[in-house]
Amino acid sequence: MYGSDFPGEDAPGGLLGEVEAAEAALRSAAARDREVAGPDTDLADHFAEIVAADQKIEPRDWMPEAYRRTLIRQIAQHAHSEIIGMQPEGNWISRAPSLKRKAILLAKVQDEAGHGLYLYAAAETLGISRDELVDMLLEGRQKYSSIFNYPTLTWADVGAIGWLVDGAAIVNQVPLCRCSYGPYARAMIRVCKEESFHQRQGYEILHTLAHGTPAQQAMAQDAVDRWWYPSLAMFGPPDGDSTHSARSMAWKIKRFSNDELRQRFVDMCVGQAEVLGLTIPDPELRWNDERQAYDFTQPDYAELMRVISGDGPCNRQRMDHRRRAHHEGAWVREAAAAYAAKQASREKVAA
Amino acid sequence: MNNPLTFTFALALGDDALIAAQRLAEWATRAPEMEEDIALANIALDQLGAARLLLSYAGELEGAGRDEDALAFLRDDREFRNCLLVELPNGDFAMTMAKLLVLSAYQLPLYTALAGCADERLAAIGGKARKESAYHLDHAALWVKRLGDGTEESHRRMQAGIDQVWPYAHELFVAQPQAPVDPATLRGEFDDTVSAVLAEATLTVPESGWAPGGGRDGVHTEDLSYLLAEMQVLHRAHPGARW
Repeated sequence: MYGSDFPGEDAPGGLLGEVEAAEAALRSAAARDREVAGPDTDLADHFAEIVAADQKIEPRDWMPEAYRRTLIRQIAQHAHSEIIGMQPEGNWISRAPSLKRKAILLAKVQDEAGHGLYLYAAAETLGISRDELVDMLLEGRQKYSSIFNYPTLTWADVGAIGWLVDGAAIVNQVPLCRCSYGPYARAMIRVCKEESFHQRQGYEILHTLAHGTPAQQAMAQDAVDRWWYPSLAMFGPPDGDSTHSARSMAWKIKRFSNDELRQRFVDMCVGQAEVLGLTIPDPELRWNDERQAYDFTQPDYAELMRVISGDGPCNRQRMDHRRRAHHEGAWVREAAAAYAAKQASREKVAA
Repeated sequence: MNNPLTFTFALALGDDALIAAQRLAEWATRAPEMEEDIALANIALDQLGAARLLLSYAGELEGAGRDEDALAFLRDDREFRNCLLVELPNGDFAMTMAKLLVLSAYQLPLYTALAGCADERLAAIGGKARKESAYHLDHAALWVKRLGDGTEESHRRMQAGIDQVWPYAHELFVAQPQAPVDPATLRGEFDDTVSAVLAEATLTVPESGWAPGGGRDGVHTEDLSYLLAEMQVLHRAHPGARW
């Protein structure tokens, strides 16, 4: 039901095609014999060779400490984003306008919790526990994507998040399916497949609204107006200001620059917006024949920095909510641990 | 209307499932563990799925052109036929698990009996839903045991949750001899299931003569109107719109 009115993504060479190609590459790399590190192997050379050969670093392999730290930071922030990202959409579950939409949205928010858990598990392969990572989130020592610090004011925001925010996330994450760290690459393949489904659902919500009553059309346009620039900012600061990029590129954690991915996202959205009948709120948006890409207005990076530093519209609310859930659940987790301990000692006695 | 009794029955069961889903979904992003967030959403989705099947069928039986959304979003609280149990606020996690234990220990034998009833549509719905109910019961029973036999605090909270919820079980089993399944016939199995769980959880079965009811006649608690106000607000703000 989501197939026919949806432009181009899934054509050969589209994003889902790239995910599948990455999966095939991952399988073929696994099938190729990898040189085993012996007692005399130089570990740093061995690491460099595996990365150069587009094979995967696995948890048992030696890796530079900075590589490990970079991955922990990036995977954890990704996991935190999935968990915090449940809030803005979860905000509309109780008021979804039809039972079918309620079911789809509930399933989507549930998927995000699943992605969060899956990513925490990937981070744990690097020698850190989920509890430690959750503490770092709750204490504000690790970040999550700033996009989730914007409010969902109308039902159309659920559609705009699906189309634009999930769309931007996919553009960001598809190259990560080829990341040099095996557990992260495999997690991304699975996550991207589900995210692409979410993006279609969001697009379909907007499509229905944009072809509905005048009030629904206005709701859809208003949502796109508010989410467009924050979505562009999801790709991070412009290349010149990006602190971690160069090293991550060399390690094949990152494959494309922030600006390259942002351009790819804009080029993807323009045609989709036309089919939707909605206007991208950028008067400077036009095709550049020379570059074979769209020229567009950059997002307000000063605003991005303000939101990252904690002063977005919903930073406090999102963190308070997460802390409260964690705090109010403490007695339940303690009880589960106490019960498990009692059961274990009973089994011991019985044995 | 062809069969007003079956219509009323399907509507009541559909309303039970819908209101239960709405309450369970309130836990999304708030559960005590991330795994539990997923589990509660899963149970809410099952309830919502059953609600959609039952309400759609009720709408067909009624023959007045009302679909699942018309029944869910365009009735007032006095027209809802759900039991009071499902509309009670969630309370803490212990009370939510007490509610789920009672609901699933009722729904499992109900759907199982329904799977063998003469009405083919209801039988098919019962056949699908009973498998889900078995999982809901398993999940609730496990938590009631963990909390009942966990820490001092969790024991106190779990007993309080059971005490709060218990009187509302009575309404579930009021006799309806003409209905496709007479709920009164399910009480024995319910009592066996729940008392075994409570005993293992070191909890006591409350003794109370108070037996609140009225949900099946559309006389609800004060809570239902607020729940519906939130659930229906967007749908009602755009009459006739497609979503």
